[in-house]
Amino acid sequence: MKAKQKHWYEYLWIASPVYFTLGFFNILFAWLGMILFITPLLIAIIGGSKLYCNKYCERGQLFELLGNRFGLSLKKKAPRFLKFNWFRYGFLVFFMTKFVLMIYRTYVVFAGADLKEVVMLLWMFKLPWNWADTSVASPWIAQFAFGFYGIMLTSTVIGLVLMIIFKPRSWCVFCPMGTMTQGICKIKNSKEKSKSAA
Amino acid sequence: MAITKKYAAIGKQCVACGSCVKVCPLSLITIYKGMNAVVNEEKCVGCGKCVEICPASVISIVSREGV
Repeated sequence: MKAKQKHWYEYLWIASPVYFTLGFFNILFAWLGMILFITPLLIAIIGGSKLYCNKYCERGQLFELLGNRFGLSLKKKAPRFLKFNWFRYGFLVFFMTKFVLMIYRTYVVFAGADLKEVVMLLWMFKLPWNWADTSVASPWIAQFAFGFYGIMLTSTVIGLVLMIIFKPRSWCVFCPMGTMTQGICKIKNSKEKSKSAA
Repeated sequence: MAITKKYAAIGKQCVACGSCVKVCPLSLITIYKGMNAVVNEEKCVGCGKCVEICPASVISIVSREGV
């Protein structure tokens, strides 16, 4: 049988390790994560689809690669509550609240407060990150980078733990970006439906 | 093609991640407008690959009526 030809986007998993490596050496690279944050939203808002989750998500691809191809997943069934809307939307609210608090912290530094050179892991553990040279940028730019890197690291660590125990893409069940984009698609579709019915 | 006795049915709590789309050997699953996965039930042979991969465990293999 002829082997399936690989598309360019099937290699996007590389973006994840590259992102964390760059951020490890210079935290300012954490800003690149904004691409991964904005792109799925734009695809959902403009295109009305979850094409990002379905094809381009670098994290989902990484979990598939490690879990399926490298056999690092026990592939157990994930707990049922993960897929329920109350949990998915609840986690989205929690995640976005943390995001807003991170933006607020950035504002506080912008207003003159001291830069905190720490990366928060799992919203609890402060990882000292003071080897990073942030002198090339304003303190608030660096503060946002520390905060955003912490968010990206936290979600990846949770995703990796879930990948090992449960099915590789278990994180995708309640990924805040996935929940948000699916919600946008549902709203967009219901609006289109009511327009066509009118 | 003969209709098989079983096919994959996708539950209401589908998160539209697209994992099932990638593994379907007959390319019979699509994501409908970013909302949920949809399987071509008539052509599905019920191989169960999508059931294995689905992280939300919302896909099940069900029997066709009258086959």
